[in-house]
Amino acid sequence: MAYRPDCTVATGLSLNYNNLTLATAVLLLATLLISPAFAEDAPAPPTAGPAAAAMAADVTQIRILMARELRPDRLPPLSLLDLPPADEGLAGAKLAIDDNNTTGRFLKQNFVLDSIENADPAALVAAIKKRVEEGIGFVVLDASAATVLAAADAVKDKAVMVFNAGAPDENLREEDCRINVKHTAPSRTMLTDALAQYVAWKRWPNWVVITGPTPEDKSYAAALKRSIQRFGMKVVEEREFKYDPGNRRSDGGFEQIQQQIPSFTQKLPAHDVLAVADEGELFGDYFPYRTWDARPVVGTAGLYSASWHPAVELWGGTQFQNRFKRLADRTMRPLDYNVWMAVRSVGEAATRKQTADPKTLIEYMRAPEFELAAFKGRKLTYRPWNGQLRQPVLLVTGKIHVTVSPQPGFLHQTSELDTLGIDKPETKCKAFTK
Amino acid sequence: MNSLIKHSVSAALATLGLALTAGSASAYKIFVSNEKENTITVIDSVSQEVVHTIKVGNRPRGIIISKDGKWVIVCTSDDNRIQVYDAKTYAFIKDLPSGPDPELPILHTSGNPLFVSNEDDNLVTVVDIQTGKLITDIPVGVEPEGMGMSPDGAILVNTSETTNMAHFIDSKTFKNIDNILVDNRPRVAEFKNDGSEVWVSAEIGGTVSVIGTADRKVKAKINFEIQGITKDAIQPVGVRMTKDGKKAYVALGPANRVAVVNAETYKVERYILVGQRVWNLAFTPDEKLLFTTNGTSNDVTVIDVASDKPLKSIKTGRYPWGIVSSLD
Repeated sequence: MAYRPDCTVATGLSLNYNNLTLATAVLLLATLLISPAFAEDAPAPPTAGPAAAAMAADVTQIRILMARELRPDRLPPLSLLDLPPADEGLAGAKLAIDDNNTTGRFLKQNFVLDSIENADPAALVAAIKKRVEEGIGFVVLDASAATVLAAADAVKDKAVMVFNAGAPDENLREEDCRINVKHTAPSRTMLTDALAQYVAWKRWPNWVVITGPTPEDKSYAAALKRSIQRFGMKVVEEREFKYDPGNRRSDGGFEQIQQQIPSFTQKLPAHDVLAVADEGELFGDYFPYRTWDARPVVGTAGLYSASWHPAVELWGGTQFQNRFKRLADRTMRPLDYNVWMAVRSVGEAATRKQTADPKTLIEYMRAPEFELAAFKGRKLTYRPWNGQLRQPVLLVTGKIHVTVSPQPGFLHQTSELDTLGIDKPETKCKAFTK
Repeated sequence: MNSLIKHSVSAALATLGLALTAGSASAYKIFVSNEKENTITVIDSVSQEVVHTIKVGNRPRGIIISKDGKWVIVCTSDDNRIQVYDAKTYAFIKDLPSGPDPELPILHTSGNPLFVSNEDDNLVTVVDIQTGKLITDIPVGVEPEGMGMSPDGAILVNTSETTNMAHFIDSKTFKNIDNILVDNRPRVAEFKNDGSEVWVSAEIGGTVSVIGTADRKVKAKINFEIQGITKDAIQPVGVRMTKDGKKAYVALGPANRVAVVNAETYKVERYILVGQRVWNLAFTPDEKLLFTTNGTSNDVTVIDVASDKPLKSIKTGRYPWGIVSSLD
């Protein structure tokens, strides 16, 4: 489904079921006609009630803003299967709004999604600020680390919670942490700890690390090396993969790679696994089945870590995947899931506190009793020292999950989930203790 | 591994005990749906051995017995329908319609109609089991799951896993009367035999909410604590209460234990070690034995209700899910 900028109207209307008057019914029908995905997904109206819920005196409205920093300069990933859809992340927000409203209709709460996007970070931050001044209390961001910080600082004097659903950058959780930011995206160290725990469990202690040229690749490699050391394993050699990605595809296009990767991986010391650090997915998928030595490829390609995967049916995930597919007409990606968790966090808080007041809801989301059910087989909670959502991390191939970390035997005095990522005693985040 | 060994040792010891007690019990058939194997394992409650395996539709989960005891009714979730088998001959009788992904069925106290939660459609479906006709759909919360029927047949309680509510529904008019918020991911709703309370387990919340039916308020919340088991692994699912309303059993999922709760004081009295990922529970009608489905260890544990001791574990098909006893 193409992205519709004015999704406030569409989402709001198609999700309100109370006091359905003739006029609103006509409006609703119109909405459904232009929005087939919603039509399919909307459950039958359970009780009478106004689609004009916003105006009904006894229904409280909770508005959530999804803000996306478009990054047109990003190169597309290697595989045609991985091309990002136009509504990546946004579709997760829509599903969470639907889920919130199904509960909300029993509690007279109505959730409305507002959405903005911009390739210019300054313009995006200005637009966020404006919406916040108009009364929005919850902002979900898919943006670069710098934009997350700029947005958080621009609204820091307001009762607003910013959710970082996209950026894995460690600094946002550490030295640059902000009290008004929660992270539903796992941090890089959570992703690499999840992977390293499994490789340690497999007893494959000797690693080769191949790093791409971008700053993100280097950050990933740094996180990975920390994890390898943390779990008692060793990097036997590092190599930088210098390349000019050129165009994604060309006719033919495999002959040269078939020569290039074996020669690049020749004469490595004895190793058990070969890890690639390639966050842009521009070369990592060239490595499996092409390395000089027959070794499994892990990292950002081969066996990789993710908050979500479209094939996961663990812990009741099937119905969740089905709901998403009906709504978005595609499978759910990690960013959709991260955004879903952010919007559901607001819904969960509103359900428990039975109010729309951002201050109360933000306070509750910071309280130790706040917990989120998110199809991961256990409750998810926010780390009180930096706002990072604790979560099991999936280790997957392109097709299916292999395992879920934390792995058996990695113990922790508070929560085994805190064996993933930088832990409380090591944190550089100060904003939460002031 | 360790717990597996312990499990088999306790089972072996229990078998000795069984020889002493087996004489007095009536012989019931225990039907276990095996989610991954598409079968129902039939166990004889006296010999405590598998006597038959019924091949059924895809992904059998919720399983019940008709009020006259003649039919075994099972939700075959991936086939989007309900199947009926003969409780004596195990022959297939007929299919009944349902919504998408039917999970748990419950019969009206009069024996008909059947109420089914459809996990994939935010609906409870009402089906006439005689005519096989769909009567109506009742809209509920996201991912409908648990189904409880008040002993007088007036009220149906359905839980919704992602909405986190117990929906009270008038079983005659099919109207939603009330919605009670409980903890995260409610799974099973079980009425006390006198109708005064309905207990709702919350798998992710880790609690059981006791809802008073007179004012429909949560009057108590039961928490569980087991030494050496992290709080996250304590995930209550199955709940069954004795007819005298004195004792309740709560299956705790990956904690691999069944909690015995004093149903009058709500105090947890003990934990019984069973197989892995214990989900659903069934008494024999004489309430002498309780059977548990242990999903990841592919077995059921037999518990002696008088002593609250595990007697034996019996191998089933893969991923045993639902469980019910024959009436005689």
